[in-house]
Amino acid sequence: MTLKEIASHLNLEIITGGDHLSLEVKDGYTSDLLSDVIAHAPPACLWITLQIHVNIVAVAKLKDLAGIVIVNGRQPDEETKQKAREERIPLLLTKETAFRISGRLYQLLAKGR
Amino acid sequence: MLRTFKADLHVHTCLSPCGELSMSPHNIILRAVEEKIDILGICDHNTAENVPALLAIAQTYPVTIFPGIEITSQEEIHILGLFDNLEAVLQLQEEVYAHLPGENDEDAFGLQVVVNAQGEVLRFNPRLLIGACTLSLNEIVDLIHSFAGLAIASHIDRESFSLISQLGFIPSDIILDALEISPAITYHQALNRFAPHLPLVSFSDAHRPEEIGQSFTKFLLKEASLAELRLAFQHQQGRRIIH
Repeated sequence: MTLKEIASHLNLEIITGGDHLSLEVKDGYTSDLLSDVIAHAPPACLWITLQIHVNIVAVAKLKDLAGIVIVNGRQPDEETKQKAREERIPLLLTKETAFRISGRLYQLLAKGR
Repeated sequence: MLRTFKADLHVHTCLSPCGELSMSPHNIILRAVEEKIDILGICDHNTAENVPALLAIAQTYPVTIFPGIEITSQEEIHILGLFDNLEAVLQLQEEVYAHLPGENDEDAFGLQVVVNAQGEVLRFNPRLLIGACTLSLNEIVDLIHSFAGLAIASHIDRESFSLISQLGFIPSDIILDALEISPAITYHQALNRFAPHLPLVSFSDAHRPEEIGQSFTKFLLKEASLAELRLAFQHQQGRRIIH
C-alpha cells in the first residue's frame, strides 16, 4: 500500500513530503528511542513516534524510511519541518496515540497482504 | 599559577528520589574529602533545593561546591546545568518547576528529602522530580546559558535518558559545553565510539556515598570557579581538561 493511501485511510495530516507519497509501505515501526530506530527499524517502513526533535529527519533519511507519523497531536517546530522539506521526508501528523495508530496501520497493512 | 583540580561534578543527594537517604550533606562532603575531590557538582533531578545545605557545610572543608541541577528534557534526555552561584540555580529551578507536571509517589519512586547542613529534614519535595519537564533539549540548554551556566549532556553512553539513546546521535547544531560519559566507559573508548566535537568529561553520577569519586575528571585551572571551568572546556589561557 502506498503512503498516500495510508495517509488517506488513517486520516493523517501531511505537512511535508507531499510529493513523495507513492512509495510502497510494507511495514511499520513504533519507537521513541532514536538509537533503537537506527538499530532495529526495517527499511522503507513507516515510523510512528512522539519525538519531534530535528534528529528524527536524519534518522529517517539514514534508514531510508517511508515517512514519520508524529502522534498525540504534537507539532514539530520549524527547524524539523525545514529539514524534512530539504531531505524530502514525509512528516505526517495524527491526534491519535502511538498505540491506536500502530494498531490501525497494522490492520491496514495486514489487509493489503 | 595553574594547578590540577580533581572534580566530580555530577553527584545526587537524598533529594533525588533515586538517591539514597544516606546521601546527606555530611556524608557527601566526608566522602569527597576522603577521595581528595576539590570540586563537587551537586545535581539533583529537576531540583536544587539541597544545594544551600551543601554550600553551608562545605565552608569548613577543602571542597568547593558548584550549584547544579540535572534536568530531564521532554525528549527524556538528562542535562546537567552548573552555575557559579546559588541564586542562578534557584531561578532556573523555578523555570523547571513551572514546566514539570505531576506529583511524586514516594512508594513508587522514593523519598525526596530537603535537608539542612546538619542533615535535619526540612521538608519533603512533593513534585514528580523523576519525571520529564515539557521543555525541549534546546530550550533547556538556552535556559542554562541564560543564567550564565554550563550545560553538559549526562552519561551519553547510557542506554536510557541520554542524548544518544533518545536522539540517536549528537545533533550537529547543539551548543552544549561538554559531554559526560559514565564510569562504565573510558575516555578512549568514548573517543572511538562518539568522535565528539565537544569536550568529554567523566563524573560519577553518584546516588550512594561510596560512588562519589568513582569517576572524576582532572582540570588544570587557576582556582575552583565556574569561569575557570569554562576556560578549560574551551581550552583557553592554558586551562584544560587533563586526560
